Amino acid sequence: MRVRVGYSNKLLPYILVAPQIVVTVIFFLWPASQALYQSVQRQDPFGLRTRFVGLENFQTIFEDPGYLHSLQVTAVFSLSVAALALGLALLLAVSADRVIRGATAYKTLLIWPYAVAPAVAGVLWMFLFNPTIGSVAFALKAMGHDWNHLLDGGQAMVLVVLAATWKQISYNFIFFLAGLQAIPKSLIEAAAIDGAGRNRRFWTIILPLLSPTAFFLLVVNIVYAFFDTFGIIHSVTSGGPARATEILVYKVYYDAFEALDLGGSAAQSVILMVIVITLTVVQFRWIERRVHY
Amino acid sequence: MIEKKGVGMWLTHLVLILGIATVAFPIYVTFVASSLTLSEVLDAPMTLVPGSHLIENYSTALFSGTQMNATPVAGMLFNSLVMALVIAVGKIAISLLSAFAVVYFRFPFRMVFFWMIFITLMLPVEVRILPTFKVVSDLGMLNSYAGLTVPLIASATATFLFRQFFMTIPDELVEATKIDGAGPMRFFRDVLIPLSRTNIAALFVILFIYGWNQYLWPLLITTDNAMDTIVIGIKRMLAAGDDQIEWPVVMATSMLAMIPPVFVVVAMQRWFVKGLVDSEK
Amino acid sequence: MLSRRSLLAAAAAVPLLAGQASAQQPVEIQFWHAMGGALNEWVDSLAKGFNDSQKAYKVMAVNKGNYTEVMTGGIAAYRAGKAPHIMQVFEVGTATMMAAKGAVKPVYEVMEQAGIGWDPKVYLPAVAGYYTTTDGKMLSMPLNSSSPIFYYNKDAFKKAGLPDAAPKTWPEVRAAAKKLQAAGIPCGISTAWPSWVLIENFGAMHNLPMGTMENGFAGLGTQFVFNSPAHVTHLERIAEMQKAKEFDYGGRRGDSQVKFTNGECGMYLQSSAGLSSILRTAKFDVGFGMMPYWPDLTKGPNGGPQNSILGGATLWVLGGKSANEYKGVAEFFAYISKPEVQAASHQRTGYLPITMAAYELTKKQGFYEKNPGFEIANKQMTLNAPTANSKGIRFGNLLQARDIIEEEMESVFAGKKQAKAALDSAVQRGNALLRQFERDNK
Repeated sequence: MRVRVGYSNKLLPYILVAPQIVVTVIFFLWPASQALYQSVQRQDPFGLRTRFVGLENFQTIFEDPGYLHSLQVTAVFSLSVAALALGLALLLAVSADRVIRGATAYKTLLIWPYAVAPAVAGVLWMFLFNPTIGSVAFALKAMGHDWNHLLDGGQAMVLVVLAATWKQISYNFIFFLAGLQAIPKSLIEAAAIDGAGRNRRFWTIILPLLSPTAFFLLVVNIVYAFFDTFGIIHSVTSGGPARATEILVYKVYYDAFEALDLGGSAAQSVILMVIVITLTVVQFRWIERRVHY
Repeated sequence: MIEKKGVGMWLTHLVLILGIATVAFPIYVTFVASSLTLSEVLDAPMTLVPGSHLIENYSTALFSGTQMNATPVAGMLFNSLVMALVIAVGKIAISLLSAFAVVYFRFPFRMVFFWMIFITLMLPVEVRILPTFKVVSDLGMLNSYAGLTVPLIASATATFLFRQFFMTIPDELVEATKIDGAGPMRFFRDVLIPLSRTNIAALFVILFIYGWNQYLWPLLITTDNAMDTIVIGIKRMLAAGDDQIEWPVVMATSMLAMIPPVFVVVAMQRWFVKGLVDSEK
Repeated sequence: MLSRRSLLAAAAAVPLLAGQASAQQPVEIQFWHAMGGALNEWVDSLAKGFNDSQKAYKVMAVNKGNYTEVMTGGIAAYRAGKAPHIMQVFEVGTATMMAAKGAVKPVYEVMEQAGIGWDPKVYLPAVAGYYTTTDGKMLSMPLNSSSPIFYYNKDAFKKAGLPDAAPKTWPEVRAAAKKLQAAGIPCGISTAWPSWVLIENFGAMHNLPMGTMENGFAGLGTQFVFNSPAHVTHLERIAEMQKAKEFDYGGRRGDSQVKFTNGECGMYLQSSAGLSSILRTAKFDVGFGMMPYWPDLTKGPNGGPQNSILGGATLWVLGGKSANEYKGVAEFFAYISKPEVQAASHQRTGYLPITMAAYELTKKQGFYEKNPGFEIANKQMTLNAPTANSKGIRFGNLLQARDIIEEEMESVFAGKKQAKAALDSAVQRGNALLRQFERDNK
């Protein structure tokens, strides 16, 4: 990174970065190192007895079918959310890009779910699908589909995927639309003149040009499904029924704050850290290719 | 020419309208439920026509709280507002300062600091909840506005955004202020900040929503009802235990929780879209 | 920024100094609890009543969120050296609290050292027994206890041509469910708190052990045994009922309550503490009864039911405070145990009375004639003298064990697992938790 025509001052730059660095060290680096340290210990909740156990916590985790199940649930959940949210957003963005009249109104009406908190989104969907009083559940029952996501794990998964997707569509929509609008219209018109129909133009020109955006969004959506959806899971299913919706982040929370298993939870945090670091590296590799200084 | 008329166009509108209807349906049902009595809500199938208890439910939510959760929502709205504003302003302020330092000064450990900030991206609160909780508790910051906001204030994203933006500012401007005899802080205040206005506005929208919608963090570090944010308040109302959930009030509270951030997004749409697209570059 | 917490901490530190400086200033006792809404007002009234009754101590009751949050918050405060004096802990946290020797001061010690003439025998054995060691030492002070009871929809029963009385056994419940369904009610019975009702209380009512070593009362080396043939048969039959919706699972905690109050299910198993909210929200006449039992599975006296066990929370005293502060805690506990205070609490909240005298007093006041539902839990818990299988349960990591049990039951009701496989798996996984707890607390 090059430095601009700069200033030389011995003290000032340190004062300027100090607030950011202090917060980072106290609330990020120090706790992260503590998580690493705790992950090799076992401790009772009150901190009266601590013993060093090496990698026992990690061994317990990987031998726990519950953890492997949670990994699987997280994978299914994230991929479903990403696929659904990307697909629907792309459809809407392509449509919004086509219309001229009312484009702004459509846009406004589609972007606001971004502002809704995941936990609130969860509550709305839970209410719609409440097996006894929910409108949608009632309609489903009337059509002969018995809906009880408190018992049926598959249905619970569908519900949290819907709520998480609903919230994420607007984000993807904005990016797809920006991507679409950046495609030179002349390119598309040229293809049209060559006789390429709408579908052909979409598959051969628009989609390839959008693929960097789509890839970027895929990573962002997976990160979103991994972490930001905690509020949805916590408020809608609490990971149930029978752990059918227990994603990794929920499990870390549960083991630490409900079950008071500090060592086990810390070890899971460390594993999550590795996952986030991998995802971030992937994301940044892509950005490096794209952004030029 | 590209088709602008015909069946295809109708289909396009239809897709969009269906999309909007699907997106809006949960909100509509929420709104209706917030205007009914509890027994009307419980009477399946719930009517989809708004009822007559709108004002009653909202004033119960805002000012008196439910039987299960006696904390009025008005106080929670205030807490959410404080949290959203402090986080947004704080993040922008410290990121402006550190981006300024990194771009315009040459000093030992510059890159170390830069990477330290970068690494925060890799440590979302979810992976370090327990130890961070302990730090906050050790510092006596549980149940305080400081505890709610300060730990979330570090921001790699905002620092990067400002850094990138500062690097597009022509060197001549710095030279010019130097010739005028102005020091670095003067340059920062009189040149950089005014130039960054759009970026600040854009980031503000994104960060306001980020702060308003926080869930896991306030859930952990507030155990005092008086410190609840509205998002947490809703969760508390749902944990009715052996009691019946007061759905109309919960739904009214949900509406109240959505209105401010949705308003910010819609009113500041232009900056919002810019902020979103830029901050992810 | 000044936090509420640091203010509280400062407030807690003041009495130490103030107590020495002047005898006029009352010593403050911090009391953290999880009672929300109407129950919050009840706890406040207890504190106020005590504070008005004397001058030396002042109890500060603070709501710290739900049960889990109070416990985590209290533990975090203890680790930070700012623990409250009294902390309300739900029954599943009992083993964790007991194991925290040094961090916790047992109630019998607090009461005896205060020298205020305390008699542990005034407490109802069925309630206090749950929180007492095998050698009769009371560890925590019961505050709010309840037991699951049977509710039924009188209007639906009438419609189905059923007699206006609660079925006593599960076969009767099933027969009633069939009649209800024939009369157009979609579901027969549902339950709240599935593990507490269908496993923990099932065991107590049928005098079957849930774990070895007196259900864990006798030590940390306990093993779960709730996969016995009787348990398996019980769960198999419920699962069979689930298939025809004679029983319909409605989620954990109280999630299923709306199924009953809405008229979807004609019968319901729920905590006696749910009484007032059920009466408030049900649009029909509600009848009450004891939990049903299986005549062919019970090991209770004369082939009948044994007795039920409780749930709810107790007050634990945390360690590291001064003798004078503990005396204040003891005085407060003595105050809430007074017959008139206790009887009023019972009648106000629907929780069980914790002393014999309060129960007798309530009876004498004719309260139960007007409110028959309030006595069921009491009668059911004192049906017979508790055995080793029915005085309560005490297992480490019980919170997780309960979740595992409910998780496995959900698999059974969803038709994904056989009852035997599910209970075997729950026992095996539960035992792993017990061993982990044992290791962590050596």
